[in-house]
Amino acid sequence: MTEEQKPSAEEPVGEPGAPEVKVSRDAAFWAKPISELKLGHDIPAEAINLNVEGKRIAGMTGGFGKMWQKTYKVQLAGTSVSPTDVVKAWKENFARFWPKAGRFYGPLTSISPGDVALLNLSVGGPAKLSTGIFVLYADDTSFSFVNPEGHMFAGMITFSSGTEGDTTVAQVQALIRAGDPLYEMGMPMIHRKEDKFWTKTLENLAAHFGVSAKSDVQKVLVDRKRQWDQWRNVRKNAGIRTALHMVGAPFRAIAKPFKRKKTPVG
Amino acid sequence: MAPGELTLDIRQPSGTTAVVDVQGDITAESEEVLMDAYNKASGEETKAIVLNFSGLEYMNSGGIGLLVTLLVRANRQKQQLLAFGLTDHYRQIFELTRIDEAIGIYDSEDEALAAAGLK
Repeated sequence: MTEEQKPSAEEPVGEPGAPEVKVSRDAAFWAKPISELKLGHDIPAEAINLNVEGKRIAGMTGGFGKMWQKTYKVQLAGTSVSPTDVVKAWKENFARFWPKAGRFYGPLTSISPGDVALLNLSVGGPAKLSTGIFVLYADDTSFSFVNPEGHMFAGMITFSSGTEGDTTVAQVQALIRAGDPLYEMGMPMIHRKEDKFWTKTLENLAAHFGVSAKSDVQKVLVDRKRQWDQWRNVRKNAGIRTALHMVGAPFRAIAKPFKRKKTPVG
Repeated sequence: MAPGELTLDIRQPSGTTAVVDVQGDITAESEEVLMDAYNKASGEETKAIVLNFSGLEYMNSGGIGLLVTLLVRANRQKQQLLAFGLTDHYRQIFELTRIDEAIGIYDSEDEALAAAGLK
């Protein structure tokens, strides 16, 4: 890609005579600090809401497994759409471009820094994995997600658009490690599912602009060493927690009529 | 220096420690400049690389990703990565992404060099 655009952030106007407060040009594009994740929007009744509320962000230098950088790219040849238009449409239709392998329950409006979304991912048969994402950064030509503890991956995934020559391209780039030893054992299968998932997402995005195109993928092993001191992450494994939740569903249904209703005092 | 450019100057306060002075913008496009500077700063005896961010003017998520890969390279060489000169804004980003758990953050060059075992 050619040099990405860096939209300017407005400098605040200070009080006359007061020292000027310098604000970084990127200040408006980053999420504000948080200590734990909170879903700030309603979700449908059928959504499994687990492993997000109250969780910390999984550190970008955390995770157990080998570190991979995977870049998926699609060329939007034959269109005059700009990178800004691509990312605007992507933010507005993110859930719609999401392949059928999962559901993305995000804010109804566009994707903004600090947003938290719920993910319900199909992992095989009726099995699901409930986790989420946090919008770390968003500007006019890119946006990036990081994950809560317990997610399959520790790291970051960036969705962006730019130009290569005269052609606008859209890209998904993940810089990730498997979150814990269990996920790392499943990585060969997880990689295959990820590749299908993001190539399909990009094809859906391209189709939105009337382009029928296949995306390509490049993989780089950034760090072949596993971080063995992170093995305890398995305690927060969202897959296990979701499975236990689903196994417990019939018992919760049976117990529901017997739960004491609160009676008002007086 | 034009907006969007990155320049990195390297100083060697000792044979085991290098200081990299960052001036400008760090984005995904900075990879070549950043890795080139790391290669120059990293010698056989280098035990610590201190990043001076007081000249950092802009960083996007691609820039954070580059710092993570830089950290991987430094760890592979058993080198410590430290930083100083971050504004409150960038310090908050380091805390939000928890990069501060792997890169030591200090208020001044003296403190960073002391942590590197130099002072």
